[in-house]
Amino acid sequence: MEKGGARHGAIGTKGVELVVAALFFALGALVIFDSRRLGTGWADDGPQAGYFPFYLGLIICVSSLVTFFKALTIRPERDKVFVDSAQFKLVLAVFVPTVVYVGLIGLLGIYVSSMLFIGFFMRWQGKYSWLKLGMVSVGVMGVFFFVFEMWFKVPLPKGPLEAALGLN
Amino acid sequence: MEEIRSLIEGFGVALSLKNVGLMFVGVILGVVIGVLPGLGGANGVAILLPLTFSMAQSPGGTTSAIILLSCIYWGALFGGAITSILFNIPGEPWSVATTFDGYPLAQQGRAGAALTAAFTSSFVGAFIATVVITFLSPIVAGFALQFGPPEFFSVYLLTFCAFVGMSKEPPAKTLTAMMTGFALAAVGTDPVTGTLRLTFGSVELLSGFDFLIAVIGLFGIGEILLTMEEGLAFKGADAKINMKVVMQTWKELPRYWATSMRSSIVGCFMGIVPGGATPASFMAYGGAQRFSKDGAKFGTGKIEGVVAPETAAHAAGTSALLPMLTLGVPGSPTAAVLLGGLLIWGLQPGPMLFVEQKEFVWGLIASIYLGNIAGLIVVLTCVPLFAAILRIPFAVIAPVIMVVCAIGAYTVKTNMFDVWMMLMFGVLGYVFKKLNYPLAPLVLAIVLGDRAEASFRQAMLVSEGQMSIFFSNGLVGSITGLALFLLAWPVISMLIAKAKGK
Repeated sequence: MEKGGARHGAIGTKGVELVVAALFFALGALVIFDSRRLGTGWADDGPQAGYFPFYLGLIICVSSLVTFFKALTIRPERDKVFVDSAQFKLVLAVFVPTVVYVGLIGLLGIYVSSMLFIGFFMRWQGKYSWLKLGMVSVGVMGVFFFVFEMWFKVPLPKGPLEAALGLN
Repeated sequence: MEEIRSLIEGFGVALSLKNVGLMFVGVILGVVIGVLPGLGGANGVAILLPLTFSMAQSPGGTTSAIILLSCIYWGALFGGAITSILFNIPGEPWSVATTFDGYPLAQQGRAGAALTAAFTSSFVGAFIATVVITFLSPIVAGFALQFGPPEFFSVYLLTFCAFVGMSKEPPAKTLTAMMTGFALAAVGTDPVTGTLRLTFGSVELLSGFDFLIAVIGLFGIGEILLTMEEGLAFKGADAKINMKVVMQTWKELPRYWATSMRSSIVGCFMGIVPGGATPASFMAYGGAQRFSKDGAKFGTGKIEGVVAPETAAHAAGTSALLPMLTLGVPGSPTAAVLLGGLLIWGLQPGPMLFVEQKEFVWGLIASIYLGNIAGLIVVLTCVPLFAAILRIPFAVIAPVIMVVCAIGAYTVKTNMFDVWMMLMFGVLGYVFKKLNYPLAPLVLAIVLGDRAEASFRQAMLVSEGQMSIFFSNGLVGSITGLALFLLAWPVISMLIAKAKGK
């Protein structure tokens, strides 16, 4: 939804309001559905497991309906811009690489993938020289390695490079 | 005076070499966190919380751990003012009001005076709030010792209804955000019956959602995405601060004692009832403008316009610890994270803390006094250094903050799934901010969900399902009544406005 709108310029707040409210309604319905399965009533030993969540779901549904209908009354000419395409491109420019980065952590470990991520971002958005981005990414991750692995003894995920260096 | 003796013992605990060292480390880290976009008090503390797991296990370690984390909080409160004044970018939501007069002052070349005024008023606000904590919290805790499940549930109810009644976001959205938080807290194994709730067969969801992950995602990733949108061109004023400027400003400040006192009272009140530092800072600014002789000149660079919001924000941020310690109900998102820390270290926040963990409680309270002194020293002497951090280009800072958030999320339970959840919460935080859904009630509900539900079910067990238990005596009845009044406040105020309009 958001991607489709971005190509044509700005996305209006009204549409996003409606979609988010609808999603919350669905969430509320899901909570109610699961609570019904668990039992929303009274057992021999007190309230059943779904007793409390049932009402949570109910309130989510009601309040999201209120938001939904309030948003419906926004007239098109008074609709505010949720995000315009230039802004959205910038948001994606940081979000997409981050998703790729989190995916890489599982494969390469956190140290190598973080260095690649910082280096890539500096090169792409800041046009830094290889020397500078190498110094920053290796330096930052070196500090983290010292703090986490040596000082606080909190092991972070490692990959093939650390295994090859015998740092596991 | 029982409190004074306890406090002196507390100073004994807090004044060890290790703890004073941790105070300075915490304050410096806190200021850095407060200055950087995307990191703030709540998620800074959340990211560093896992590092204290092992620290808390040694004897006296929980006190050291809370000193470190609370000092990060004080540092972040100080740090927010730096970006507001020098760069016109509020580092924290509660420093928005500081930009109104702080930035014009900086543009007139009086950045040093504005910063000195901001830091000093922050300190004054925090000091007054700490005095309030020192003398009021034993009374509240003693009172709360007699609380049963219905009373505790009514206090939780009051907390959450206060959000609906007092936040500036639409009440329906506040309710949605809050109940979503409760629902997220309910995911996983039901603590009473042991059945699985809302997991839908997923193994990863068995242990539920961790509030630390939510905080890091909502406040950290979400904030970075928002910051990115604005493109970020930092054009800052120079941060020159020397003893002469400090002394001159200090000579001027006593003139604003009335503003200070009023802002402190507003701040303490808003911190104890969960209104939070942000509305407190706006209220204090508005109040100062109304009462000041030069009210009309506010916004053009008045020192008084910096004093009011900073005093209130810091007073509110500090006094938010009072209900957290005495009742187990935090007054701000950062206090909620600290409360989560207490739970993880095996301490039960609430009135029993004042009986069973005297050393911990009074060590913490003493450390608030000391931590704020440390904070004042650090910020007055190192402002140019902190301002330099803001001049690091965003192309370097953004990925580093993302890495810090990812590491923070991973270390909570050494689990990759949590890092993905963090990203999801990041998107949620971005959308929430853009659509004006409040984040604080969501976070508080995730932290308090299990405890609120437990006290509700215990109360229901006692009364065999009768809601009337929440009105069964004067105390619980008046808290519940106040809660319902606050819940209905948006409707009541609407009716009043309509009646006036006619």
